[in-house]
Amino acid sequence: MATYILRRLVQSALILLGVSFITFVLLYVLPADPVRQIAGRSATAATVESIRQQLGLDQPFLVQYGNYLWNLVQGDFGRSYLQKTEVAELLFSRLPATLLLLVAAIGCELLIGLPLGIIAALNRGKAIDNGLMLTSFLTVSSPQFVVALLLLFVFAVKLGWFPIGGYGTFAHLVLPAVTLGILGSGWYSRIMRSSMVDVLRADFIRTARAKGLGRSKVILGHALPNAILPIIAMIGIDIGLFMSGIVVVESVFGWPGIGQLAWQAIQRVDIPIIMGVTLVSACGIVIGNLIADLISPLIDPRIKLR
Amino acid sequence: MKKLILSTALATLMALPAFAPAQAQEPKRGGNMVVTYKDDVATLDPAIGYDWQNWSMIKSVFDGLMDYEPGTTNLRPGLAQSYEISEDGLTYTFKLRPGVKFHNGRELVADDVVYSINRVINPATQSPGQGFFSMIDGYDAAAAGKAATVAGVSAPDASTVVFKLSRPDATFLHVMALNFSSVVPKEAVEEAGADFGKKPVGTGAFKLTEWTLGQRLVFEKNADYWISGVPYLDSFTVEVGQEPVVALLRAQNGEVDIPGDGIPPAKFVDVMKDEAQKSLVVEGGQLHTGYVTMNVTKAPFDKVEVRRAVNMAINKDRIVQVINGRAVPATQPLPPSMPGYTKGYDGYKFDQEGAKKLLAEAGYADGFETELFVMNTDPNPRIAQAIQQDLKAVGINASIKSLAQANVIEAGGAGNAPMIWSGGMAWIADFPDPANFYGPILGCSGAVEGGWNWSKYCNEDLDKLAAEADSIVDPARVDERLAKWSEIYMKVMEDAPWAPVFNEQRYTLKSARMGGDNALYVDPVSIPVNYDYVFIKE
Repeated sequence: MATYILRRLVQSALILLGVSFITFVLLYVLPADPVRQIAGRSATAATVESIRQQLGLDQPFLVQYGNYLWNLVQGDFGRSYLQKTEVAELLFSRLPATLLLLVAAIGCELLIGLPLGIIAALNRGKAIDNGLMLTSFLTVSSPQFVVALLLLFVFAVKLGWFPIGGYGTFAHLVLPAVTLGILGSGWYSRIMRSSMVDVLRADFIRTARAKGLGRSKVILGHALPNAILPIIAMIGIDIGLFMSGIVVVESVFGWPGIGQLAWQAIQRVDIPIIMGVTLVSACGIVIGNLIADLISPLIDPRIKLR
Repeated sequence: MKKLILSTALATLMALPAFAPAQAQEPKRGGNMVVTYKDDVATLDPAIGYDWQNWSMIKSVFDGLMDYEPGTTNLRPGLAQSYEISEDGLTYTFKLRPGVKFHNGRELVADDVVYSINRVINPATQSPGQGFFSMIDGYDAAAAGKAATVAGVSAPDASTVVFKLSRPDATFLHVMALNFSSVVPKEAVEEAGADFGKKPVGTGAFKLTEWTLGQRLVFEKNADYWISGVPYLDSFTVEVGQEPVVALLRAQNGEVDIPGDGIPPAKFVDVMKDEAQKSLVVEGGQLHTGYVTMNVTKAPFDKVEVRRAVNMAINKDRIVQVINGRAVPATQPLPPSMPGYTKGYDGYKFDQEGAKKLLAEAGYADGFETELFVMNTDPNPRIAQAIQQDLKAVGINASIKSLAQANVIEAGGAGNAPMIWSGGMAWIADFPDPANFYGPILGCSGAVEGGWNWSKYCNEDLDKLAAEADSIVDPARVDERLAKWSEIYMKVMEDAPWAPVFNEQRYTLKSARMGGDNALYVDPVSIPVNYDYVFIKE
């Protein structure tokens, strides 16, 4: 177990190194000069060059990347080019909001997705199954921006049940979490359905039924614990999907998380922030997957970590 | 002895309360105003902040030697009680207003002004406003980091600041009214270090009391402000991270007083159709021109006939319709509210036949292929499509390159874009003077790699004329100076490196409880509003 975790940690570090390199390359070749953004439109060529030197952006690519990594291992994410604030400060001030939304959104996904998947599996081939799977297809493919605005308009503006965007109370959390929940629930309901269908066919379920166990006991006590396994792995992957979703959802709802920070930084070509958000997101995905892998053997003793 | 050609003893005579403009409504005091923005505020450091969002906030936290009358483009003394200009226009002597205090309680002295100007010019500050101060004697050495301080700024005593210029420059007083000239206390800057932009200390009407990153900034009234009775509000809160569409919904719901990013283009017609909402919208001009640049260094735009033909091919009235009439058609580079604007000049009339004839004269009877760069946010791609159709009608096939703002600016600066529609990146004047519309965007100094003169148009005769115009500092000869500027822009129109398309109007939506003259809500200098002078009626 210890060797497994150690090996996975080393792998994770390599993945993060790869992510940092690829992002750095992409930002380096981007046809937009951050120095010009900082220097503004009235700057003379001399001012532009002086700023370029001070930021070390006149150095060759590998030197810039090396410097970035060296600072990074010392915990220094650099300073935002335009906000002039420590990137670490910007990230950590916004991380709690994103984590809160992450937990709430995954909760919503499971709350909506799992029951739908189970109901569909139990009614396999019937109209209700087809209807639910069509719904899941629709939710997976709906644009987040539209769903977010629609929910906002109906439940906040027209009905007044929730505040119109913002952050701070439970009421503020509901709509963004539900938006992400609706969109992600489609994946869960589909996976839950197919996993449940497989399990329901298994011998032990037939045995359980033959023993005379009640329907609900068979489903909740025997089928569900066995069918849930792919869902655990899915949560690990889901963190990645979540990170792409929050950029839009946080912007629409005025949720002060790192997705909104990323969106603003991309528009302003604020490279240190873009790097910081990418690395923190990648870290989240790597850790999420690692945890999912570590939890699996606890639920299914047949899985051995090697 | 130097004879003084101007002395604003007038300013000294002005009783301070008179600084507050005469308002139609009697101002009420107190209350908190809520303003929203999509993006987080970048910085409140006056040496660094250079976007329209933080510009007016910085104006409310800091003061410079000069200022503008609220809601107008008229200069008035700020921290300076009076000033004198020497006859040769090379020496400006400012007398400071006594008893002005920073938010930290310390009294302002002349050394603070000297420190602040040196700080902006010092390359270590990385100020985007550095270049504005190039007329000050000793600028080059200081800006290059070769001298620790600027030779041309000094404080002979605690209440006097003297500027020596290397050339007469009629825009100098405007430069002293720019945010970059705001006076900052050295001890507060040194204490906060790189975080001064988040912990600003100035002399302004408001002080920053809370900044929660990504959420809100709260500005509270400075009770010791040197203009008595100002500001009227107890505080204003800037909520950030709010999409313009959501901000509008919140404003309609009474939760927001001013949506700072304005009315989203897609909602504009809805808002203006509804009489109740329309009555809350204030319309005003702004110092803005939207234009198409043509790279004069590369064929086919190296031929003046082609550039004139493009000017004639574009149907400006139709483009104004594309943006729901939120603009007026432009005839020249300067916007109508800018001094030096040539009245009675109609520009190039929409004339497709005439355009075709000019193209034929230039040897492009069958037209040509080119590219039109445009920033990819609404309504700019739609405007570019309208221009594309107009050009197509005279035989020019322009393919549209719709890119992120930074990429368009990069292509323009590098001279890789044959044509650029300036929308979203267009020039909005830093200060209300015709000179500000020339140098960086039409003059030779901007026509360099990375410069903002995307046409790469460089007419040395016009540069000379511009220098001549700006050497006229005597206020009595202001008409002569403006006539020269008018002449410059008329010559620009002859050479046609741009096709000016429209001058955008500003529309500010305010809640029903907000009071104060409408001019304060479309203040040409403070966008979206002049925080110091608006008030809450109830």
